[in-house]
Amino acid sequence: MASKGFDATSLPGFTAIAAIAFIALYAPIITLVGYSFNGANSISSWGGFSFRWYEAAWANATVQEATIRSLVIAASASLIATTAATMAALGTTRRGSFGGQTFIYVMINQPLMVPEIVTAVALLIVFASVKVATGYTGLGYLILAHAAFCIPFAYLPIRARLEGMDLSLETAAADLYANPWQTFRHVTLPLVLPGIIAGAMLAFVISLDDVVITEFVKSAGQDTLPTYMLGQLRRGVTPEVNAISTVLLGLTVLLLTVFFLLTRKRD
Amino acid sequence: MTETIAVEARNAIKAFGQGDVAVRALDDVSVQIRKGEFFTLLGPSGCGKTTLLRLIAGFETPTSGSILLDGKDITSDPPNRRPVNTVFQSYALFPHLTVAQNVSFGLQMQGRPKAEVTATTDRMLALVRLEAMAGRKTSQLSGGQQQRVALARALAPQPKVLLLDEPLSALDLKLRKEMQTELKRLQTETGITFIFVTHDQEEALTMSDRIGVMSAGKILQIGGPRDIYTRPANRFVASFIGETNFLPGTLRDGRVILASGGSIEVAATLRNAGNVTVAVRPEQVRIVPATEPDALPATITDLVYFGTDTHCHMALADGSEVVARLQSSVSGEAGLERGGRVGLRFAPGAAQVLGE
Amino acid sequence: MSMSAGEEAAKRRRVRDGWLLSAPALLLLTLAAAGPLLVVLVYSFLTPGQYGGVVWEFSTDAWVGILFTRDIFTETMQLADAHLAIFWRSVRLSLLTTLITFAVGFPTAWFIATRPPKARALWLFLITIPFWTNLLIRTFAINEVIRNEGILNSVLMAAGIIATPIQILYTDTAVLIGMAYVYLPLMVLPLFAAIDRFDMRLLEAGYDLYANRWQVLRRIVLPIVKPGIVAGSILVFVPSLGAYVTPRVLGGGKQMMIGNFIELQFGQGRNWPLGASLSMLLLLIVLAALLVYVRAAGKGGAHGQ
Repeated sequence: MASKGFDATSLPGFTAIAAIAFIALYAPIITLVGYSFNGANSISSWGGFSFRWYEAAWANATVQEATIRSLVIAASASLIATTAATMAALGTTRRGSFGGQTFIYVMINQPLMVPEIVTAVALLIVFASVKVATGYTGLGYLILAHAAFCIPFAYLPIRARLEGMDLSLETAAADLYANPWQTFRHVTLPLVLPGIIAGAMLAFVISLDDVVITEFVKSAGQDTLPTYMLGQLRRGVTPEVNAISTVLLGLTVLLLTVFFLLTRKRD
Repeated sequence: MTETIAVEARNAIKAFGQGDVAVRALDDVSVQIRKGEFFTLLGPSGCGKTTLLRLIAGFETPTSGSILLDGKDITSDPPNRRPVNTVFQSYALFPHLTVAQNVSFGLQMQGRPKAEVTATTDRMLALVRLEAMAGRKTSQLSGGQQQRVALARALAPQPKVLLLDEPLSALDLKLRKEMQTELKRLQTETGITFIFVTHDQEEALTMSDRIGVMSAGKILQIGGPRDIYTRPANRFVASFIGETNFLPGTLRDGRVILASGGSIEVAATLRNAGNVTVAVRPEQVRIVPATEPDALPATITDLVYFGTDTHCHMALADGSEVVARLQSSVSGEAGLERGGRVGLRFAPGAAQVLGE
Repeated sequence: MSMSAGEEAAKRRRVRDGWLLSAPALLLLTLAAAGPLLVVLVYSFLTPGQYGGVVWEFSTDAWVGILFTRDIFTETMQLADAHLAIFWRSVRLSLLTTLITFAVGFPTAWFIATRPPKARALWLFLITIPFWTNLLIRTFAINEVIRNEGILNSVLMAAGIIATPIQILYTDTAVLIGMAYVYLPLMVLPLFAAIDRFDMRLLEAGYDLYANRWQVLRRIVLPIVKPGIVAGSILVFVPSLGAYVTPRVLGGGKQMMIGNFIELQFGQGRNWPLGASLSMLLLLIVLAALLVYVRAAGKGGAHGQ
């Protein structure tokens, strides 16, 4: 120890607690992933390594439908949310402050502040009436609800990117005979694109993960993967659910890795 | 005569903020910049020089007044319709484009034919000696190289006027000297009107055909470098450019009676104007033996060695300070020492009477 | 001084474009987020319908009903003990979750912030993965660990520490463990952001002036990173209070929290107005917490830097 000298930044026990924290964070996830490869019939014993639960989940028509539904909703909602968020970010950054800007910020970030259960209940009340009034019970409600709560997640990285961008670049483009559309197309958009992709991916992950709002808004037979899994819980956690979880987990890690590589490229 | 004027600002006023907190960044500025000249706007930060440049570029709209280019009013034209280009202080190079793409950007936006874009881009890269860097990303270049890309990019569309907003301020001293020469060369070779903004008096004096000295939103004096230096119109110009001794006195019959006693001969054309200030550059102050007739008596208070020259600080009879700049000699300044009594003379014509 | 016509037109155009560009986002959020909240507020002042839904008659019963129940025999008002138990559990578990995540999260954030830059990015990434992983999946994962046949009990039994499995699942403890587990990254990330900005040279100054490690932590570090502590606490406390999935999965429907209680009113309870008033109450508490945060952060920012 003496050879290391005095380290001002080390505090007693902190490293040990941090180690415990990381183990505690990952042990359950690794357990879950491990059980998904369990060949036994029940979850109480280990029956060797097997892909049988992945095969079972893959063959399950309900799971297939829920998967497709989840992907359709996540893709549409993130597309809508990202488009709206990109426009809003362009409208609220770098044009000097204007009256009502705070209102726009609060509105956009509102889904981050209101507890999910409250939004879920609110949408249940409103959409229930709309469903009765219009007779339409399709996926539109879920897509609309998801698009709304995905907006802040798409907005924040895009805004961060825009704010980090040198304003004089657009001035320079205008000086070099680019009209406002050309400036956007050839300068602003290419520079903000990593932010937009990052925002879209976050929105996609958030939509794919949602349980509470989906549970309250969906009509009969509109289970997404998470609500299907929550429903299965009445029969206890099955290895099939573990298999689905593992796939979702893998997808999240993949998207996150891409997200980090994209946002790090900045410098 | 008007056809020789490239850019003109007429009574340009630019105010920021509103009501009581409004600040006039430009306060009724009128200036004519001639075709093909290297014109420098010189002044301390916040004097309005960059604002004037941005008005000419079209990034700002004047609160009142107008901007003319080749005699045409362009006050309300957006920047992308003005045949004027800017070299930005931060260079503002597009980070997602290569050096060549940056240089060809303006030409492409103008919709020039492809062959012309390529040819002009190559020519511009050759002009700033960056042919070898054409395919690089701008972030891979050194500061001086980025500076040259910014120049090539702004020159490529062959603007009527090139605006340069403190383009050398981010470079180190040696590079700055090189770029000063380079800029002057580019200006001569292209024949384009340059409007150069700086707070560095030396930069202004070495490069410019004419200089406009600005302070607090106004242009105080316009003239050639020698004019500005030797005949400053007022105290601000005299003190902002170079070092100056200011001596208070009274003007009477072609002589200024100094407050410290003694008098100096000045241009006889000046009318008696009561209290005035006389400005004398330190290098125009001669130190003579105290016994010489008509010399102003002074006491040496300090000698500061600067290498090539030595500054001799002296106090006059009334306590006011005068600095003389002497060329250093190898063996030291003979006969000068702190506390020594000496006499002062000014070179003929060196004393400049300032209106306050 | 007034602006010229050109300046004024430019400014008006800027503001107009700002609103126009924000319009689609605002429309979506009004339709599917902010607007429906107003409907909930209205519903909280209506009368419950017999089979769910509402009857359009004004009533404050739903707000009174948060704390009191009407005895059906004597027609007298009584404190609703069951409701109070649920509120108390929600607040207690949320506070405990906040405390546990802070106790674990602060050393963790400190550890990450004091790594060399490259390693720091990796450790941070390891915190971010659970952060973005589906909450339901993480709840399932902790369920795998603490259930009777789960890893924890198996290990303890194999080690001979216990003879029969400990029943953790479907207890308050299970909900607490679950919430601490799922919300830990929410505590670590803002703490890390605050510690990362902390000037480590201040520690050396502290030691130089005879402080010991505890005093340095207590007198220098904690006061300076306070905005991060407040942010992390709010970020954990707020979703804990409104938790729905974790208590449902790990509490087994018995150990209800406010979120589950609200859902109940829209399901079997068939009391939509009560569900609405409870939602509004939850929202008010959350907004109050956010207000505390904004103030604390503002103050911390003022003399913290």
